[in-house]
Amino acid sequence: MIEIEGLTKRFGPVTAVAGINLKVGKGEVLGFLGPNGAGKSTTMKMVTGFLAPTSGRARICSHDIENDTLAAQSVIGYLPEGAPAYGDMTPRQFLQFIARVRGFSGNDAKTRVQDAVEKTELDPVLDQPIDTLSKGFKRRVGLAQAILHDPAVLIMDEPTDGLDPNQKHAVRSLIRAMAPQKAIIVSTHLLEEVEAICTRAVIIDRGRVVADGTPAQLLARSRHHNAVTLTIPVAQAGAAKAKLKALGAVASVEQSLQSGDTAQLTAFPKSGALLIEEISKLAVSEKWDVKELYAEAGRLDEVFRAITTDDTTRARESRA
Amino acid sequence: MKYMWPIFRREFGAYFATPLAYVFIVIFLFTMGAFTFYIGRFYDNGIADLSSFFTYHPWLYLFLVPAISMRLWAEERRSGTMELLLTLPVPLWATVVGKFLAAWAFTGIALALTFPIWITVNYLGSPDNGVILASYIGSFLMAGGYLAIGACISASTNNQVIAFVVSVVVCFLFTISGAPLVLDFFRAWAPLVLINAVSSFSFLTHFAAISTGVIDLRDIVFFFSLIALFLAGNVVLVDLKRVG
Repeated sequence: MIEIEGLTKRFGPVTAVAGINLKVGKGEVLGFLGPNGAGKSTTMKMVTGFLAPTSGRARICSHDIENDTLAAQSVIGYLPEGAPAYGDMTPRQFLQFIARVRGFSGNDAKTRVQDAVEKTELDPVLDQPIDTLSKGFKRRVGLAQAILHDPAVLIMDEPTDGLDPNQKHAVRSLIRAMAPQKAIIVSTHLLEEVEAICTRAVIIDRGRVVADGTPAQLLARSRHHNAVTLTIPVAQAGAAKAKLKALGAVASVEQSLQSGDTAQLTAFPKSGALLIEEISKLAVSEKWDVKELYAEAGRLDEVFRAITTDDTTRARESRA
Repeated sequence: MKYMWPIFRREFGAYFATPLAYVFIVIFLFTMGAFTFYIGRFYDNGIADLSSFFTYHPWLYLFLVPAISMRLWAEERRSGTMELLLTLPVPLWATVVGKFLAAWAFTGIALALTFPIWITVNYLGSPDNGVILASYIGSFLMAGGYLAIGACISASTNNQVIAFVVSVVVCFLFTISGAPLVLDFFRAWAPLVLINAVSSFSFLTHFAAISTGVIDLRDIVFFFSLIALFLAGNVVLVDLKRVG
């Protein structure tokens, strides 16, 4: 439903987005990850028609955003970064305005607004000026605006930024509930969000896609993927370390933490190997007093750091 | 029209959602009155007409209209709502025209609220109401001209103060383009055709012509084409920012 081909945006000498190709289908929730300034927002702005691409194209439900703008925009729900809204309006007035602009009138408009308000739980603040609302409510007003016309494509720039854990949970549940019917792109900094709601994660860095896969596939690239951590008494740690190292599937062992009389050992597997079974058997046969024993799926932040660059390097390079 | 109407309604409502509308209208009426009675010496003239009222319209608009137009686009850009507005399925021209018409309608209301002076002059004597009506139409058209200039300038910046100051200067040049201050600048080097063209841009000349009670098609066409020109410029400026 979303087809992006070679999308590029240059601002003077700076290339913000450098030829991105992506296809997002119905039922997919694509998590758009990347450091600040990697080109996430710029890409979204081009896909929604706010910015014109320098080259390349984006099609929404087979409507080209540059040549068939209105048709494309009418099937997109877009939550821009920071969820901008007219502060002097109340959520009710604002949503009515959006409904009218999107061509709904009379009872149809009323039901649409009602529906969006229910989904985003805006009821208690419906008649307060948006300027006076808390960050959480403001974000939900933006969200309500984006889903009001039940769009086939939903594009959200950091929908949970600045929300408290309860609000985050509510927004994520909402996105999950809508997911089967739509193609969704969500940009985020929160790696836990990707694991919570995304069926696919794309990491971009310096305007390019550097990773594209399911969250599980990305996790598999982590050094901690399938690593096993066990907590045992300090007295046994030295011997245990040696035993673990001796296992064929173990690549390395690190003693990561020591508190009081317990120590924490982490065994990293050789690629593709599974350790947990072997290590738990070993622990039993060696009669270690295991306090804790667990395997990790991997750490997204590790993958993220490994494949993206920090902002100083990036700024320097993009100007070079 | 179906695109323009919701944009118009929101924009028009926005004036009254804040104290802006009320402050503007009060100041507008107050200064209009002050100019008419104290500087225009409405009573001392002893003539039952509103020329001392309309004479000052261009000069008041010069400062009051940019105050209305400066926020039209600059505010949207600053608050980020521009992104929302331009990603809604509305053609850009409809957004530009809708916003302009809302601002114009608002100045129209402010102008209409000066009606007590019309009642006053009719109570005191028997003025030529045809001339007064023509002057009102002329004044309204002129306000539209100033607004279109201001809207276009507002689209080029996200700073309202800059939008205001530049609008005042440009509006000033258009107001007095028939005067030596502007014409002397061109006289030194420009051909006569250009000088005549520049002087024909003068709001003062066109407004004065309409205020005599003769609604000449040329004056009407002047204001409408000026509005159309600057709104087209407005569309281009907004679109240029998309290209970045």
